[in-house]
Amino acid sequence: MTDVMTRLEPGSRAASRGFSDLTIRNLFIIPTIAFLIIFNVFPLLYSLWTSFTDFRASTTAPANWVGLANYRELLNDPFIWRNFTITAKYVLISVTGQVVVGFGLAMLLNRQIPFKGLITTLLLLPMMLSMAVVGLFWKLLYDPSFGIINYFLGLGKFEWLADPQVALYAVALVDIWMWSPFVMLLSLAGLSAVPKHLYEAAEIDRAGPFYTFFRITLPLVAPILMIAIIFRTMEAFKTFDHAYILSSQPTTELIAIRLYKMAFLEWQTGLSSAFAYIVLIMVVAITNIYVKYLNKAKAR
Amino acid sequence: MARIELTNVQKFFGAVQVLRDVNLVIEDGEFVVMLGQSGCGKTTTLRAIAGLETITSGTITIDGKEVQNLKAADRDIAFVFQSFSLYPHMTVEENIAFPLRAVRSRQAEREAEVKEVARFLGIEQLLPRRPSALSGGDMQRVAIGRALVRRPKALLMDEPIGALDAKLREQMRAEIKRLHIARESTSVYVTHDQVEAMSLADRIVVMHDGLLQQVGAPEEVYLRPANLFVAQFVGSPVMNVADVTVESEGTDALLRIGGANGFRVPSETVSHLNGSPAKLGIRPEAVMLSHDAKDGYIETETTNVEPLGSHDIVDVRVGDETLRARCESGFTGGEGQKLWVALDPHRAHFFDAASGNSLRRSA
Repeated sequence: MTDVMTRLEPGSRAASRGFSDLTIRNLFIIPTIAFLIIFNVFPLLYSLWTSFTDFRASTTAPANWVGLANYRELLNDPFIWRNFTITAKYVLISVTGQVVVGFGLAMLLNRQIPFKGLITTLLLLPMMLSMAVVGLFWKLLYDPSFGIINYFLGLGKFEWLADPQVALYAVALVDIWMWSPFVMLLSLAGLSAVPKHLYEAAEIDRAGPFYTFFRITLPLVAPILMIAIIFRTMEAFKTFDHAYILSSQPTTELIAIRLYKMAFLEWQTGLSSAFAYIVLIMVVAITNIYVKYLNKAKAR
Repeated sequence: MARIELTNVQKFFGAVQVLRDVNLVIEDGEFVVMLGQSGCGKTTTLRAIAGLETITSGTITIDGKEVQNLKAADRDIAFVFQSFSLYPHMTVEENIAFPLRAVRSRQAEREAEVKEVARFLGIEQLLPRRPSALSGGDMQRVAIGRALVRRPKALLMDEPIGALDAKLREQMRAEIKRLHIARESTSVYVTHDQVEAMSLADRIVVMHDGLLQQVGAPEEVYLRPANLFVAQFVGSPVMNVADVTVESEGTDALLRIGGANGFRVPSETVSHLNGSPAKLGIRPEAVMLSHDAKDGYIETETTNVEPLGSHDIVDVRVGDETLRARCESGFTGGEGQKLWVALDPHRAHFFDAASGNSLRRSA
């Protein structure tokens, strides 16, 4: 018996002490599962329940079941739809800007240039900052009296964040500044994965630079670019911190800000839970459209 | 169709010189195969002709026009890559049509050209498929189709069938030859496989260390190798090479290798050797074996037998050298068998021991 024991692998020796493979596997998995249930699954289900009640976290009054009343109220509220329109506009400007700037930077970096590593690292810095910090210092940059942006553009005392026409663009610009590096990073990975010999083949086939870009580069980078767009759209949909810090204009009231006010200033916990669920469904729906395109692109 | 001329072409990668003074003329309609080991500069030469690699000095002309400073797109040359380089996101039809679309040719014209090339290569049924759904051989047919569709001045191929399995290689080899004959295109083909080179080429260019070793028709390269490198690179099994001393014995000469008894050969077959150290090269088919003692044969013993079906390769010991002989299958029973061996003096090659250059009889 001892002879057999010494010949066994260490893992099997543990098994012989009563730990089966299954037990060992569970020991690794259970902490993660517990964490997920406590911090993700439970809040998700709990908020689903509160979304059907008139629950207010600020009072001790018991929650009453109201059925779909919260959802009905929200979907009939024209102000909420205004928040959605603003958010959609914001997502469009911000994500388009990030893709254009990020992909452009990636194209510039996807070649042999001196200090490439250093330049890449410096370009990545914005996305490593805290969003709240970014909001605070862009507020200073945008400041009408002493902001450096007006100083350099010679715009006098232009009110970037108070002008209802411009404020949303100003907020989106900050998002573009911060997250273009993310799109750049993914695009750079995509671009460097395009085999060099395809470009050589295109050159031999007499394709010009524009034709090569639109017919070879872009279609081959599309799947990874699509992943970047999915991530950025979901994130932009949820934008709260820097937008909240930068501007309190009604024209910049994104759904996340409206949701925050509803939940933590007005304490309409039940109603805001329903609101959160509506946003969730929308984000999932939009992501699904992207994922379909992604799968189509990957099938090639 | 085109005549390609390389004059004093040199190429450095950093401090490493990969092409040393390459001079080569490829005639219009000729099929030239560049043969050599990996790293010998054959692919670099091909890429330099295509314009995928800039050269350090020298000139390359296509139909008399200097092209070394032109971009690949402006040289009107097609290139077939070893990796096929098909555009993965396009169908076969789109792949073949790509060179035509890139220069905005008319759609009707384009469709007709693509159909014609596809029919010629027998890949019409593959047109709607994507490259990922094709076998290796079909991928290469598509790559060749893409190269041919715009009727280039010359077709350059970089180990185009190197990635295929042996049987398919043989089949594709025949197809490429048929294609060359039908299209009369100037073709330059790079390979490390001497069988491919022998079977395809009008002329073979043997390269080593960035230098052209020999340029000639396949049979010339095989029968009259210019130096030891060519002699050992072309031909399978590899030519036997051994240090040799020549002694005269009466009216005949005695070739002594490996310290064994010499082979008696007519003295006129070695009369051009001036006595400086030489190496003897003899192809396995010129090593003759006999079961009985004969005049001019010396006694030996087999050390290894490789039965190959159509023939056997037999290793025999001559002094401390081993000679490989090609003989009919089943000629010997196995290792350790007693045999007699002789050399065919008319098919013996001699090389300068120092330079490796062929010592050939004048006339």
